[in-house]
Amino acid sequence: MKLLVTFSRKGGKQPLIAQTVKDTGVLINVERAFIESNEGEVLIDVPDEDTEIISAAMEKAGARVKKIEDSVIRDESECVNCGACISVCPQDVLSFDETWTLCIDSSKCVLCGKCVEACPHQALSLLP
Amino acid sequence: MEKTIELINTRIRDGNARAIRADQMPDIVDELGVEGALREVDVVTTGTFGAMCSSGAFFNFGHSDPPIRMEKVWMNEVEAYAGIAAVDAYLGATQKSETQGISYGGAHVLEDLVAGNSVRLRAQSRGTDCYPRKTLEIDLTLEDMNQATMVNPRNSYQSYVAASNTSDRTLHTYMGTLLPNAGNVSYSGAGCLSPIPNDPGLRTIGSGVPIFLCGAEGMIIGEGTQASPGNGFGTLMTTGDMNDMSTDFLRAATFKGYNSTLYVGLGVPIPVLDEEVVRQTAVRDEDLKTTIADYGVSNRNRPDLREVTYAELKSGLVEMDGEEVKTSSLSSYKKALEVADELKSWVEGGRMQLALPTRRINTEKTARPMRDRARAPQVRDIMNTSLVTISEDEKIQTAAKRLLRGEINHLPVLDDTNRLVGIVTTFDIAKAVASNGKGGTVRDIMTKRVVYTSPAEAVDVATRKLEMNNISALPVVDENGKLAGILSAINLGKLFERGWKR
Repeated sequence: MKLLVTFSRKGGKQPLIAQTVKDTGVLINVERAFIESNEGEVLIDVPDEDTEIISAAMEKAGARVKKIEDSVIRDESECVNCGACISVCPQDVLSFDETWTLCIDSSKCVLCGKCVEACPHQALSLLP
Repeated sequence: MEKTIELINTRIRDGNARAIRADQMPDIVDELGVEGALREVDVVTTGTFGAMCSSGAFFNFGHSDPPIRMEKVWMNEVEAYAGIAAVDAYLGATQKSETQGISYGGAHVLEDLVAGNSVRLRAQSRGTDCYPRKTLEIDLTLEDMNQATMVNPRNSYQSYVAASNTSDRTLHTYMGTLLPNAGNVSYSGAGCLSPIPNDPGLRTIGSGVPIFLCGAEGMIIGEGTQASPGNGFGTLMTTGDMNDMSTDFLRAATFKGYNSTLYVGLGVPIPVLDEEVVRQTAVRDEDLKTTIADYGVSNRNRPDLREVTYAELKSGLVEMDGEEVKTSSLSSYKKALEVADELKSWVEGGRMQLALPTRRINTEKTARPMRDRARAPQVRDIMNTSLVTISEDEKIQTAAKRLLRGEINHLPVLDDTNRLVGIVTTFDIAKAVASNGKGGTVRDIMTKRVVYTSPAEAVDVATRKLEMNNISALPVVDENGKLAGILSAINLGKLFERGWKR
């Protein structure tokens, strides 16, 4: 399960992820991180069964946690199933099924947005 | 055994014609043999659905009162060509909006009209005795116009070169997003389902032949612009009535960083007249080859990276230099199948009868590049060849002195064998002095990843490198890897000083 964690750094630079790993004993995989002077946003991957423990621990430390399930949103009325998005995705999120229909496996998505830019029909967007 | 077009049309009228989608033909021929397939199959339906920039439509808006001779015309702020009669105009798919840029182009206006939406027509004129009105602004739908006739100068490429990019930056092209270091491959075309690959000799595809065009019953006008069937790149000029079209088979698109374009659904029904037609329509993706070209090179003649079949491209992975690289189709194969299925239902349902070409397309013809009278300026024409360089072991202070003496800002750094290994600028030296004092060698402060050009590179390409990298000079490296000069923004002035001539 992927979690998008946002936190403020105004109260000082807390080692949020390291602390959570230490406290829970759950290994966290950091997929993407944007850290600015005041706040930070980190996309992490954790085992499905540990999702609640991690969310609770991070929320207790003052972070906001959002489960990422349907990260890539497809506008069915715009998509023509061309596949321009498929090869630009670094995570193999997008593929064709046997009927040449585009399939999206959001569980692998790291919210990079490359598919959104590559779509000639402006049919893709990332979760709000 | 041979079948006449009259026989096939009689079967279509009687509802007895058997149509087969082109991608299913190889298996049928395997099963029934060529003779058996000729007996069983009357029509093979083809289809493609992809970006076809060379598309657009002629409109006749009807006369207003008082009348106007429209000299300039905009439809939803996208300019249409009005240099024809008083209330006629041609709107091209790639013309961009004057207010929204490439995110809304001629293609989007066409889609809006086909969707039934009204479009704001704005026109200007100087006014004449017979056409006194000078301006006009009105909302019109497709129904309000006398004609909305799609005429696409170039559709339905026989095959198209696939694209990759060996440069070190992401490119945004008409072939979509091309990742750096040959990170992906993009291609276009439906392969064995595309019309011309099923009749490369253009016996049944030519002027006057009825086709499926964006959901309407359209027609082939003749060879498309830039047609090059002599080397496997045939094209078709097509026409159809927009009133009969559907947004299921006509879609506007915008390629980021490039332009707007129109996705056109097009299918040609091929009458199965003889064994030759059976053999041609039994083509498989494995038999259809194209090349992967390197779009990282900005020349007209982009180098080929490798030959590839449509079967490999459609598989999703292509091997390049020992690595598996993902492919992206820009055209929709799913939609192409829908086009061919729709066409099949038209033929089997008696809705569309076939015709042979009233004029054959010349299959020998090949398209030529522009005959350049004036060669575009190259870097060697304007580069500075009086070189001031430094070696990487020299002190920073030496570099500073050399820059001052030469009144220059860029100092190429050479190794023992005179190869370019870096570049030092006045900014690098200022930075070094500000932070570490004057100690250290050139090697410590030089930029090692140098963006460079070559003597034969077009100045336009070199200028784009300066812009994209936000730099003001490029070392010029010749084919032997030796430094031949330096091109700075100052040298570009030479192009304007005296007007560049050969």
